[in-house]
This record gives sequence, structure tokens and C-alpha cells, in this order.
Amino acid sequence: MKKSKISSNNLLLLITIVLFFVMYLAGCGVYASKGFTKAQNFMNILINNAGLICVTAGMTCVMLTGGIDISVGSLIAMDCMILAVGIERWHWSSPVLMLFILVIGIVFGFVQGFCIAYLDIQPFIVTMAGLFFARGMTAVICKEQVSIVSDKIFTALSNFKIQFPFGGTINKKGVLVLPYIRITVIVALIVVVAIYLMLKYTKFGRSIYAIGGNQQSATLMGLDVKKTKLKTYMLSSFLTSIGGICFCLNTMAGTTTQATGLEMDAISSAVIGGTLLTGGVGNVIGSLFGVLINGTISALVKANGKLISSWANIVTAILLCFFIILQSIFAKIKESKK
Amino acid sequence: MEAGVVLKMKGICMEFPGVKALEDVDFTLKKGEIRALMGENGAGKSTLIKCLTGVNKFQKGEIFLDGKQIINKDTMDAQNKGISTVYQEVNLCPNLSVAENLYIGREPLTKIGTVNRKEMNKRAAALMKELDLDVDVTRNLEEYSLALQQMIAIARAVDMDSKVLILDEPTSSLDDNEVEKLFTMMRNLKAKGVAIIFVTHFLEQVYAVCDGITVLRNGTLVGEYEIADLPRVKLVAAMMGKDFDDLAAIKPENTGDKRKEPMVIEAKGISHAGTIKPFDLEIHKGEVIGLTGLLGSGRSELARAIYGADRAQTGTLKVKGQEVKIKQPIDAMKLGMGLLPDDRKAEGIIGDLSIRENIILAIQAKAGIMKRIPMAKQIEITDKYIDLLQIKCASRETLIKQLSGGNQQKVILARWLATNPDFLILDEPTRGIDIGTKTEIQKLVRQLADEGKSLIFISSEIEEMLRTCNRMAVLRDGAKVGEIDECDMNQMSVMKAIAGGEKNE
Amino acid sequence: MSSLKKLTQKRLFLPIFSMILVMLINVIYDIACGNMPLQFFVITIKNGVLYGRLIDVLNRGSEIAILAIGMTLVVSSSAGTDISVGSVMSLYAGVCCMILAGYGNVNVSSYAHPLLVGILGGLAVTTICGLFNGLLVAYLNIQPMVATLILWSAGRAIGLLLCNSQIVYVRVPSFQKIGAYTGIIPTPIIVAAICIAIAACVLKFTALGTYIQSVGINKKASRIAGFNSAKIILLTYIICGLCSGLAGMVATSRIYSADTNNIGLNMEMDAILSVALGGNSLGGGKFNLAGSIIGAYTIQAITTTLYALGVSSAQAPVFKAIVVILIVVIQAEPFKVYMKKLTAKRAQAKEAA
Repeated sequence: MKKSKISSNNLLLLITIVLFFVMYLAGCGVYASKGFTKAQNFMNILINNAGLICVTAGMTCVMLTGGIDISVGSLIAMDCMILAVGIERWHWSSPVLMLFILVIGIVFGFVQGFCIAYLDIQPFIVTMAGLFFARGMTAVICKEQVSIVSDKIFTALSNFKIQFPFGGTINKKGVLVLPYIRITVIVALIVVVAIYLMLKYTKFGRSIYAIGGNQQSATLMGLDVKKTKLKTYMLSSFLTSIGGICFCLNTMAGTTTQATGLEMDAISSAVIGGTLLTGGVGNVIGSLFGVLINGTISALVKANGKLISSWANIVTAILLCFFIILQSIFAKIKESKK
Repeated sequence: MEAGVVLKMKGICMEFPGVKALEDVDFTLKKGEIRALMGENGAGKSTLIKCLTGVNKFQKGEIFLDGKQIINKDTMDAQNKGISTVYQEVNLCPNLSVAENLYIGREPLTKIGTVNRKEMNKRAAALMKELDLDVDVTRNLEEYSLALQQMIAIARAVDMDSKVLILDEPTSSLDDNEVEKLFTMMRNLKAKGVAIIFVTHFLEQVYAVCDGITVLRNGTLVGEYEIADLPRVKLVAAMMGKDFDDLAAIKPENTGDKRKEPMVIEAKGISHAGTIKPFDLEIHKGEVIGLTGLLGSGRSELARAIYGADRAQTGTLKVKGQEVKIKQPIDAMKLGMGLLPDDRKAEGIIGDLSIRENIILAIQAKAGIMKRIPMAKQIEITDKYIDLLQIKCASRETLIKQLSGGNQQKVILARWLATNPDFLILDEPTRGIDIGTKTEIQKLVRQLADEGKSLIFISSEIEEMLRTCNRMAVLRDGAKVGEIDECDMNQMSVMKAIAGGEKNE
Repeated sequence: MSSLKKLTQKRLFLPIFSMILVMLINVIYDIACGNMPLQFFVITIKNGVLYGRLIDVLNRGSEIAILAIGMTLVVSSSAGTDISVGSVMSLYAGVCCMILAGYGNVNVSSYAHPLLVGILGGLAVTTICGLFNGLLVAYLNIQPMVATLILWSAGRAIGLLLCNSQIVYVRVPSFQKIGAYTGIIPTPIIVAAICIAIAACVLKFTALGTYIQSVGINKKASRIAGFNSAKIILLTYIICGLCSGLAGMVATSRIYSADTNNIGLNMEMDAILSVALGGNSLGGGKFNLAGSIIGAYTIQAITTTLYALGVSSAQAPVFKAIVVILIVVIQAEPFKVYMKKLTAKRAQAKEAA
């Protein structure tokens, strides 16, 4: 019984990675004059999407169990608003606030996870309620935009640059500019590595895959399905809160409309990265590439300059649609083989 | 305590609300024995297994494992005590590696508490080698055939120090080759001293691998036999409820030869992959054809292929001489067919709708979405059939799920009668309903035939078929193997035909 | 006790009960404010048109009521919800205003194309959106909410694109009329009434209702009984797309502009909430359109009341989210089982005492 090395699932991931390089290289070709070939361009994609990477890592875990969490965008808005208002109005110190936000994330995830795992309510409905709750709460906390200016630690974190000793370019004034990343990128990459290891090497991680593969089997094999699901949703909201802090470090402000539609970006990144909507297949490395594809699309639209920003949304949606249909077709082929 | 007895169940009684599922059933299993548990639908096989594994809580009786009395709280508890079950549907995770499927929930850990994949793979490979399975344990389970998946499931069960292994219809979806592999594995395990309970519908397989047979019927124990003492025909007799010795031939009323009547259905080479091999079948006007065979022999599948419930992949079908293509049930209905499915709950009733809505469903489907049947007509039809079939209900607006099984069946029957079909397929119409209703339905079948309708009648009870059918077609292992004419129809001949192969007599 | 139980089991109990509750809150609020106790129900004629909080609820609730029709059918047939409705409403605005104003124009006071072309063009596009959703759900077996997620994101973006990322104003009286008044009655009320009447007639005079419910309750059995389940599911999504278009029509004319960023914002939530509040299970199967309609107006009454209480439109979702969670928790099977156990325990305790 010989099987080809590449299963349909790996194929999805391969398509994604190839797609990313094709898109990026195409961008380098077309928009070279706008700095697309510079190393910093790639670093900027990472910097702009650091928060999204954290969120997508959590989303990937949730989707691996066969669920979904659409509350993430609103939760980020709420996090940013709490940070901004906390620093500017309540005058809390930023480390305490950041800790506070992580706790809120865990509690938020617990409530959602409890409804989904123990009360057996559809994840979509629960997290949609979560979406509206968090978005509304943002407005309840403060109706207008609050910029963060007064906290030194937070500002320092935001401005902190980590420069690479190589890959620099000479700018018009003849000065060598080295590419740099922000601290948020480090955080995001740590999250990706941690989740990758967690999914691969811990009991919890393997249980997530088992539940997504076949929930009934997982139960019969003696896994605590409900508890695992609850923990997964808590993890998702926790990572979203980390993402929220990264997001806030980028924008240095809280507004009621912040991160609208971010859930869509996270879901599409995960799907494009090879995570099956039905659960059980996918990994966080694929999701990272999914985010990079999303980021590249935005960068391309921006580099064009003439296209309005909604083009990025449309292209992402088309990609998502394409990958969803691809998944569905693969699933049908698999079924007919049996 | 008898020597070598691993498991003993004594006087098990199990009652669901309104139904006695098991009555005073005993079961004995020796070390290193493969024992078949046999019985037709509703005999209580799965209930007995569920009592043993702790899924069902039985009211009376005792279970002894190695001489010690045990009570299992759930399947996990049973497993911890050494009673494992492998089901027909592979209960593993297709997206995980073979090794993980073997060890999930009890993975070997490293010092820092993470899963030790190396150790896990090593152990898994050793286990596979021990059981003589050629499997790369690092590959995903879904890359292997169903038979291997089944065997991996068994390996998982065995590795958890099982004393008793329950195989619940593991062979239903396997081909002959795969079955043989599975048997080799079962014999290996037997040699290692594992006791196996083998639930199956395939007689061949019982005689190929088992040492003993326990037969249940209608929730009671018929007997525990050694394989040598129970030839096939006797086994069929035991399962179907007639003692071999007093098989008094019940002479059916002579209905005359219908083969001169015009042909209604003419099927040639029709098949559906995996369920029914190509078959030919002719049905004439006013004829009742019985499909007989054990469960899983293809008796339902044959009918479903004609009706389009499972789309036929090969062959041609002529209805009243015209060649037709049936892609889905509505096509068959437009040709005047109807199907009463055997799984009433999953495929028959629309639980949350009323009796009226359930009855008019099929005529409504035929009329199309735009032509709503006027309420007055709906009520008229409903009342007519409630009256005609004596459906016992509070009102015609009662939800069908609130009715008893027999009355639900009558409603589904009414649904089809209302379409005035020329050809009606009744798949186990009398299963799980009381004697009175049973007789009514049998009478109705004869009456319909006398009105010139053609019917396919499928039942597990031979006597019932003898009373109603003009002709019988016999199925075995997914193929039609023969027909029995009315003059040759008696308990004995039918059972012989079902059992097939004379070698065990 | 038993009569109370019977009452709570009636199908329309939940929506009517919540409606009365909202009205009561209004009465209490009015008393607290020193207004006339029944201020909520007072209808007067001001400036030649009907005026009053009740009229306001009926008027503003039109879009939700129209959406609730489509959403009810989708929930019933596919046990999932169409979350693209709000986005599709905004897409209608983009298409319609672009046709009427001509591409690139931001502020016009005369039509570039006849009004009817604009409206029909918009409705055609939203119906196609419904078709797209339906194909994904019915024929590719994609979970409804994931399938509709695509248009949820893309619909609004395409709308923006058609309007060149700007708010397109169409200042023509005949266009505004759909969102304004006909005689003394607000036109949206009339539009909603017509939609509801048509839906009711279709359900009464065709077998659509039976088809949808049957497919929603038991797909397999429906197939054996001769229904084409996939086609029925597709049809409900097409209807839902059309309803989104009609709701978009009202919303667009109301502000006589294509404010694509805000039209239909969070409307999917309101539509789903009205279905749930109408006593329909989000798990599909039996439906009750009257319940959903009452549910829709109840939602609007809640919103109006919240505004009256000084809650801003950005904050209102908090309360709605809480209501949604309460309703689905009450409907959840484990919760019901738990409650049953609890009441049984209590009864036992009583007996023991």
C-alpha cells in the first residue's frame, strides 16, 4: 500500500507558501520603486500584523477543535480602549493594566467557552454575542478616541526598535538605514513558537487535534472533551488580549471602531494557512503564512496608491472563498475514495 | 467457579420504558475463546453489550469478571477493568498518526511533562510488530484502509490489557481479503488468551472463526452452543424463532401465478457500490415479493437501489415496459413508487410535524411546491387514513413523535397509500410494533395486492413473509442468490436458502 | 401553576411576553420622568404626519422585520444563520446609489438612470448574493455561518468600492419617499407590511412552509418522501438575499445616501435576535414567522427604549448581546436538563417535608 508523500492537507499548506512567495515577488517586480524590495518592507508587514499573528494563533487552536471565535476583533478594541483609558484617565501604571487585560481575556474566554463546551450552544452564536458585547463595552468605557501619551513605559515599549546588523540600504541622503523590527514582532513570534510546540508536544495540544478529528472518538478514548474545549476558548481570548496589547503598541490609541473585521482577517489567515473549517487539520506555521499573505495584500494595495483600501478586504474575501471551496472539494474527493 | 471462565453474566434484566429489552439473560465466556453473539434485529445483542460495558444500567442481574462481581459505571470504567469494545465504525481520529491513536489519553511523557513522541512511536511500532501488522506508525490513520484502521482500533484495545474484547460488527464494511486478515489477528489474540465476543450477521464468518455461539431472540436467551453442535440451518432456526424439529409447514393460501400479469418492475444488473452487487428482478402486477436474508445481506439495499434512495450505479430499470432513469426518490415517486424505510426514526418520520403534515408530505412532494393541497383536502385525507388504519392519536394535529412506534409506522404507511402507488416497498414495516398492528399490516399488504398493486415486502420474520408473499428472493452477503416460488415456500426451504452452503449440516 | 405552564409553552409566549416587558419598562420610565404613564402609546399628528414613540418603533423596525422574514427561513431550513445580511444591505446601497447617481458622482439632485432601474439593479445583486451563499451551503456543504462570512466581509467592501469610498447622496424626492412618508404614514411601515403580507400569502397558498420545515427537521426522511433538500435550502438563501435587498432599499432611502460604512451595521445581530426572540429554535426545524416579526419589533422597541434611556447606539449592542446569550442559554438542552433536575429535587424536598 503505497501512498504519495503529499497528502491533500499538506498540499493546501504548500499552495499557501507558494502563493505567498509568488505574491511577494510579484510585488517586488511591480512596486520596486516604492521600496517593496527593501528588507524593511517585509519587516513592516510583520510589524503591522504582529497583533493579528497572536490572534490567528489562538483562532487556529479554536478552529482545530472545529469551532470558531468571531469575538476577537471587538475584544481587541475593548483591550485597546481599556489600556488607553486606564493610562490617560484612571492613571494606572501600564504593567498593571497589561496584566489586567490578560485577566479580562481569560475571563472573557471562560464565559464563552463555558457556553460552548458545557451548554452546547453553537460557537458562532456565542462568540457573536461576545463580539457585540465587547464592541458595545468599548463604547460604554469611552465614546471618543483616546490617545496614549502620558505613560513612559508604554511609550518606550512602543518606540523600541530592534535593528538588524545587516540588510541595510543607503537612503537618498547617503545614510545607511538598517532594517528593524518592533518588540511586538518578538512577542508574536514567541507566541507562534509556543503554540506550535504546545500543539505538537503536549497532551492538551494533541487533545485539540483529536477533538477536531472526531469528537465522539475523542470522548470514547477517554479525553475530557468539554474541558479541552473550554481551555481552547480561554486560550484564544488570552492570545487575543496579547494581540490587543501589540495592537495598542502600534496605534497608541483606543477607539470604538478599532480592529473592526479583524476576526475576518484572522479566520481567513487560518483557512488560507491550511486549517480545515471542520477541524482537526492545520498548524500555526501555516496560519503565520496566512497572515503574511493578508499583510502582503494590504501592502500591495497601499503601494499601488490609487486603489482604495476596501480592495484589500475584497481580495482577502475572494481568497477565503477560494480556499473554502478548495477544502470542500478535497473533502468530497476524500469521501468518494472511501 | 468453572475453570477457565473469564466473564459470566447472570440473569440480566433490562427494561426501557414500556419495553422489556432483556429478560433473564445469561452469558458465559471462557479464556481464549471466540464466541459469536447472534440474533436478529431487536434480539437484544447490543443491549446486552451495552449492559456489559456500562452504557446501559440494567435492573437485575450480576456480572462476574474473573470470579469477582463488577459493576461498570461507563465505558471507561469497563475498559479500566479489562473489557474493551471495538465498534463497526472505527472510533479513532483519522487526522492523528497511528501511534497517537494507539496512545492518546495515556501518552508516555518526558521529564518536563510533554508528550514523548519518540518513545510513543517506538512502543507503537513494537506493538504493531507483535500483532504482525505492516504499518508505519508515524503516518496518519486516514492513509490506511478501513480494515487496518479496524485492526489498529483492536490493537489499542488489546494493549490496554483487555481480558475481554468485544467486536461489534467489525466486518460490515470489509472485503473478503480484509476479513481474513482480521481473523488471523483474532486467532493470534485468542492464542494469547484474550476472550473475544464477536457480534456479526455473517454466518460464514461465525463458522470460520468462532468456538461457540450464543443466540438471543426477543430479549431472551435461546441457548449457548458449541460450534460443532449447531449447524447453519439450526442456527437460523434458533435466531428466527422456530425449533428445527417442529417446523410445521404453514401452507400459505394459494394466490395463483401472477407471472402472467403485466410486468411492473423489471430490473437488470442494478447495483450500488459497497451495498448490493448487480441483480435482476421482475415484479408483476398484483404480486408481493418478499426479500429475505439476514440483516446486512442486502435486502434493504436492493429495494433502495430500485427506489433511488441509494442511486443505482449500473444496470437498467424498466417500469411498466418503459426504460427509466431514477436519480432521486422524487423520480421514483412520479413513476408511482413508494418506500417505507426500515429506520423509521432517521428516514421515516418528520418528528416535529403533525400527523396531518406527515401524511400529506408525499402527495405534496408529487404535487410540487406551488400547488399547496388545500387544508380541507388535507384534513379529509388525514381523517380517512386515521380511520382506515385506526391510528390512535389525540387529534390529527398531534406531533408524530408523540405517537407509539406502531402508530408512527401507520402514519408513514398512510403517507404512501395517499399517493395511490402502483408499486410499494415496505422495509421491515412490522418491526418493533405490537402483534395486533402487525397482523393489520399483513392483512393490508394482501389487500393492496388484491387491488392490483405490486409490493416488495422485507421482514426478518419468515412466517410473516410466508403469509404475505407470492414469491421470495433470497439475498446473502450483498448479492441476490436465488428465488423461491410459492409452491416451494416453507420455513425449512427459506431457512436453508438464507443459511446457504450445506457444508455444516 | 399548570395553567401558567401551559401559557409558557404556547409558541408565541416568548415574543409577546418580551414585547409586554419592554412596554412596561417604557411605562415605568415615563412615570419616573413625570411624563404621562402611557406616553409610549400616544400617537399624534405633527406637521401632517403620524408621530409618537410607537410609530417610531414601527417605522425604524421595518428593516429588521423584513430581514427577519428571510432569516427565519434560513434558520429553519439549514440550522444556521446568514450573517451577511447587514453587509448585503450596504451593498444594495452601493449598487443602487451608484446606478442612480452615476459612477463617481457624490452628490446629485437628478437621476442618471430611472429610479426603478436602480432599485431593481440593487435587488438583483442582493439576490445573487443570496444565491452565492445558498450554493456554498446547499451544494458544497459548508457551514452556513462560515459560508456567509465571505460576503459579510466582502459585501460592504464592494459597496464601498462602487461608491469610490465616499458617501453618495441622491437628493431626489421620489428616491427619498421610500424612507419618508406616504400621506401621513411612514413609507417603511408600508413596505414592511407589504413584505410581511407577501410572505404570509406565500406560506399560506404554497407548500413552501411544509417543504422548509420538513427539510430542516429531517433531511434524510424528506429526501425519501420526495423533497430535494439542497434546492429548498438554496431557495431560502435566495429569499434571504432578496429580503436583505429590500431592507437595504428602505435603509438607503431613509438617509437618501449610500453610507456604506453604516447602513446595515450590526443588523445581522438584530435579525438573528428577532428569530430567537420569536420563539424559533436556532437549531432549525419548525418556524413561526409571526413570532419572528413580533420579535423584530420587540428588538426595535428595546433599541428605542435604550436610546430613550440615554444609551448611545454604539453602546446598545452590550444589552442585545446579553439578551441573545440569555435566550440561547434558556434554549440550550443541557440547561433544560439541569433545570428539570433542579425542579425534581425541589419537588422531592417538598415531599420529604
